[in-house]
This record gives sequence, structure tokens and C-alpha cells, in this order.
Amino acid sequence: MTGTTLYDKIWDAHLVDADSNGNSLLYIDRHLVHEVTSPQAFEGLRMAGRTPRAPHKTLAVADHNIPTTNRAGGLDAIDDPESKLQIETLEKNCAEFGIDYLPMDDIRQGIVHVAGPEQGFTLPGLTIVCGDSHTSTHGAFGALAHGIGTSEVEHVLATQTLIQGKAKNFRINVVGDAPSHVTAKDIALAIIGEIGTAGGTGYVLEYAGEAIEALSMEGRMTLCNMSIEAGARAGLVAPDEKTFAFLKDRPRAPKGADWEQAVAYWQTLTSDEDAVFDKEITIDAAALPPLVTWGTSPQDVIAVDGHVPDPSDIADEGRRKATERALDYMGLSAGTPMQEVAIDRVFIGSCTNSRIEDLRAAAAIAKTGKVAASVDAMVVPGSGLVKQQAEAEGLDRIFIEAGFDWREPGCSMCLAMNADKLAPGERCASTSNRNFEGRQGRGGRTHLVSPEMAAAAALAGHFVDIRDLKAEG
Amino acid sequence: MEKFDKLTGIAAPLDIINVDTDMIIPKQFLKTIQRSGLGKNLFDEMRYTPEGDEIADFVLNQPAYRSAEILVAGDNFGCGSSREHAPWALLDFGIRCVIAPSFADIFYNNCFKNGILPIVLPQADVDKLMDDAKRGANATVSIDLESQTIKGPDGGEIAFEVDAFRKQCLMQGLDDIGLTLQKATAIDDYEATLDAQAWR
Ligand code: SF4
Repeated sequence: MTGTTLYDKIWDAHLVDADSNGNSLLYIDRHLVHEVTSPQAFEGLRMAGRTPRAPHKTLAVADHNIPTTNRAGGLDAIDDPESKLQIETLEKNCAEFGIDYLPMDDIRQGIVHVAGPEQGFTLPGLTIVCGDSHTSTHGAFGALAHGIGTSEVEHVLATQTLIQGKAKNFRINVVGDAPSHVTAKDIALAIIGEIGTAGGTGYVLEYAGEAIEALSMEGRMTLCNMSIEAGARAGLVAPDEKTFAFLKDRPRAPKGADWEQAVAYWQTLTSDEDAVFDKEITIDAAALPPLVTWGTSPQDVIAVDGHVPDPSDIADEGRRKATERALDYMGLSAGTPMQEVAIDRVFIGSCTNSRIEDLRAAAAIAKTGKVAASVDAMVVPGSGLVKQQAEAEGLDRIFIEAGFDWREPGCSMCLAMNADKLAPGERCASTSNRNFEGRQGRGGRTHLVSPEMAAAAALAGHFVDIRDLKAEG
Repeated sequence: MEKFDKLTGIAAPLDIINVDTDMIIPKQFLKTIQRSGLGKNLFDEMRYTPEGDEIADFVLNQPAYRSAEILVAGDNFGCGSSREHAPWALLDFGIRCVIAPSFADIFYNNCFKNGILPIVLPQADVDKLMDDAKRGANATVSIDLESQTIKGPDGGEIAFEVDAFRKQCLMQGLDDIGLTLQKATAIDDYEATLDAQAWR
């Protein structure tokens, strides 16, 4: 008999029922909820006279709509009546159904995928869902974590299970040592550039290899976060000592004998030596440059020292048309060196890159200069706790002195549902995960980069090859 | 959920690959706490100018396609966020079926929960239907879920695959939650095993 993969193991351990159609009922250990994708689910429960089956397995926080300035005034100070109503609705629903909620003025409030791991709500070997596609982030802990739609949010609330078909296994081996300034973000972009935004559709990705083992937990979260950009619902990294060290003593992590028992179990969560993957690729981290996207799909990646691609070089008609459309939207001409592309805005934040390590990396660059006069740059920490830690380390002062805006935690300009957005035609170096048309504001142009590349672009006013800079520690 | 068995309607060609959910329904419309009313903002940024005027050449603004019920699109339709607002917006506009060479996973799933049939076909078949759709209002397409076939305007049948369970739910308009709650004992039994792992 051949061995099983990490995904197979977690799947098998959560199977409640399987029918002959290949549809399975999977038990869900943890459910994260935010204000945008939940109101209709709670409404559905109410209309059907149902109640949550296990309310203590759910944790809610408002992040998408929340303002990143002037938070002292609380809910009443939110200008946008629709945003306010959504946050209010979440608060009410949580109170009515007995669900734990991290309030707006609580230090633990933050982007749901930053706050969950911080609280130790995310643990290895669990199934975790949220009405948000970047739930894949939590796979960094060796949890099977993926996004669901609102009907499924309602289903999980009512039954603590999900009807699922099993995905296939896809292992991505990232071998070699990543050079300095090549971050988890660059590895993620390189993978998507290689397999494409549909390359992972129907698969669960497992990231393995020495470059993955070398990543911090923050880096693994950045990587797993972007699994969905490769079309995969979930990405996984097998838990190891770094995982356990990150989780130990977190508020919701197990304690005492439970901790010992849990760790003993978590140590079994690896793919067997003889496990068979349906698909497997290998990427050499040592050969990677810092990357930047040029187009409107996360697969549109290019080395920072590269040039805007030329559609006439592309044989496939669909691709060529998509490239032409993207270049037109992005206001770029074929052949332009990426480093000559001037930017207007910089956004350092989002569930991809707003953790303490990301802010440290960006601050190390910010320290070396001032934000260019032509650039408006902002830093939005992923949670209140990240913000507090950054302030304790003096990172806020570094950013502010360099001319960055230092904001309150939330999704902010990652999706521009609040006041933080690009004006039409504005060009942004962003540490977020999606460069779709209009993602950061109608007509806005997004280039995805790592935190240090974003900070360097803020100072220079255009993209720069971070390897040419000397960062101060 | 509305049942889906047979549908004969106008198919609109949306000849773009990687149509993402931000295109289908931009985030400024996600602030609603309801499911309905999103149809007018379907494809908002492709459909209207920033001033709110219709962009005449966008497919759904053309007279022939204003009452389209079927969408024929390129590869990887529905990629991006998990927002169920995307199928809600399609449905509210009147689209009951999307045909493409491939779909993003979460979107595909969300369609079935809302009475929309997403059909995956080989590129050649999609190309054929795309050509048909481009002929405008005279070109109706018929879909029969029971027999899993599509008929184009010139006759000729295309067969498609669909998961048996999802097909049954769609044809009967079944609510997933109700179905799962019939398995409550299995869930109870599973939860009883969790006592051995208190940390979970
Ligand atoms: S930061 Fe961006 S990607 Fe992450 S949950 Fe918020 S909106 Fe979604």
C-alpha cells in the first residue's frame, strides 16, 4: 500500500460521512467570520429557525470595511452608512447567536487571517473555513483551510460540517536557499507565474523543500495565502518545531497536558515518504530574483530587472488578447524596463504581508531615506497586536519619519472597500495579493511586490532592484 | 432555491479569459446585507462609465443581449474572491447558466447553491457556442439538465458532465442544510470522538 499525503490524513480524520457520489461530509473544527460574507448567512439561519451547532468553534471580527483612521470614535465615527451597517449587523448577529467577537476597539482586532493565528485559533491538523478565499493562509500551520461562499457559511454554522469533494494532491518542492531579498512573496509569485492562476484548480497544494522549511511562520502564511491565486483552494506546509514555537502559549492554543498531546499528534502530520502526488513540480529558490507583476493577473510576473512583455511575442490568441487588454489597462508599453515604471502610491498591508516580520523588512528600507515627493505611501498593520509590537520596536517612528502614513489595522486598500483606494489611473506598488482590474479602486493599477520592494519603490518613486540597495538592520 | 431543469434562452458571448469576481461584482457593492438587488451592478465597471452611463459596446448593454440568460465565457471563469455576491448578481440579472472551458473552484460551487448551472466544456465546444452567441438575439441555446445536453441554434447536440448529487439538488431545488441535518446522528457520533482530543 502506498503512503498518504498530509492532505489525505487531515481529510480522513474529518470524514463524518461519505456517499457513493464522491461527496463527503467533512467536520469543520474552526470557523472564522467577517462582516462582508456573513450577514446573509445569519439571515438564512434566522429565516429557517436554525441556530449555530457549535458557536464556540466560531470566531468573528470586522476587517474588510473598517476605517483605518479615526477609530477612537468607534462605530458611530464610521462615515459610510453601509459599512457601518455591516459592522453593526455582525456585532448583533454574534451577540444573538453566542459567537465570540473581537470588537473594533479591541487590541486583538485585525484582518481575520492575521488575528486567527495570533489567537492560537488556528492549529495544525484542523479543518478551518471562512467566507473568504484567503483562508488558505492558515495552511501554513498544517491545517486544511479554505474559503467558502455565504451559503456554506450558513451550512457550517448550522451543521459544523461542509459537503466537499476531495481535491487532488499537488506537491510544490521549493529547493535551494533563497538569496537575500527574495522573500516568501517572491516565492509565491514565482509559483503562480510558473503554474498560472488556474494551475492549482482542483488541487490542494503542499509546499515542501528546504526553502519552505527555512521560512518563518510569517513567510509560510504569506506563501499559503497566495495558494488561491494559483487556483488552489488550500495550501499546506507540514507543521514543525517553528509551528509549535509560534503557537505555544497563544490564548486559544492548548495548555499543559493537552498541549503535550496535541504536539505529539501534530508531529505525525507529514506526507509519508512513499505518498503519491497527482502532480509535482520543483522550483529552485536559489535562482529566483525579486519579482513584480506587470499585468492584471497574479500570474503576470516578471523579474524586477526585466521588461514589460510584448504581446506580439505570444502565439496563443486568448493569452495575447488578455496581455493586450492588461497592458492597456495598466498603461504600460511593451519593452519598458520595469525599473523605469513610476508609481504614485504604495500600500504595505493585507493578509499577505502585514505581519510584524513584513513591517520590520519594510522599515529596514524606509530607514534609508524619505518617501519620494510624488508618492503617497501607507502602512496598515494586520492587527492591533501587530501594531502594538511594531510601535514597541519603534517601527512606527521610522515609517512616519520617512513620510509613510501609519494606520489602524484592517484590509484597507487591499480591496478598497473603505476610504482607502486608488484614483483612476493611479499606479500602486502593493504588498497585497490581487492585481485585478479595479481591485484597489476603479481604474487603479496594482503591482504586487514584497514589503521591502514596496518600501524601496516608495523612496525611489519607481520600482528598484532591491538587491542594489543596502538595507540597514 | 429555484429549480433548474430546462432552459432556452439567449446566450451572451463574453470572450475573456480569467473573468474574476471583482469584475463580476466590484467590491463597492458588497456592502449589502441582502442577497437581492445586485443585478444592476453586475459587471459594473465594464458596463458603466464612472459617471454611471452605459458603455454601449459592452455585451450586456447591446439590445440583443439585454435579456440574456446564458453566458458563454473564456477559461478560468469566476477566479478570485469567494464572494457569493458574484452568483447572486448573475442570478439577479437573469443569468441561470454559465458555459466556459473551466471555472474557479469556489465560484463553481457557489453557483450550485444558487440555482445557477455552470457547464464545463472542451475549448472547441465553447468556441462553437461563442460563435453562435455572437449572432445575437436570433441565436437561442437550449439546455436540458436531465439529459445533460445543450442544443445550439443550428441544432446539433453537445453533451456535458455534471456531478450526480449536484444535478439532483439543482433539479429538485434542494437545500443542502436540510439534507445534511438528516445526517445529524453521524455528526453526533463524530463529535463524540472529539472527547479524546480535548484541544480540538
Ligand atoms: S486583506 Fe485583502 S485579501 Fe486579505 S482578507 Fe482582507 S480583503 Fe481579503
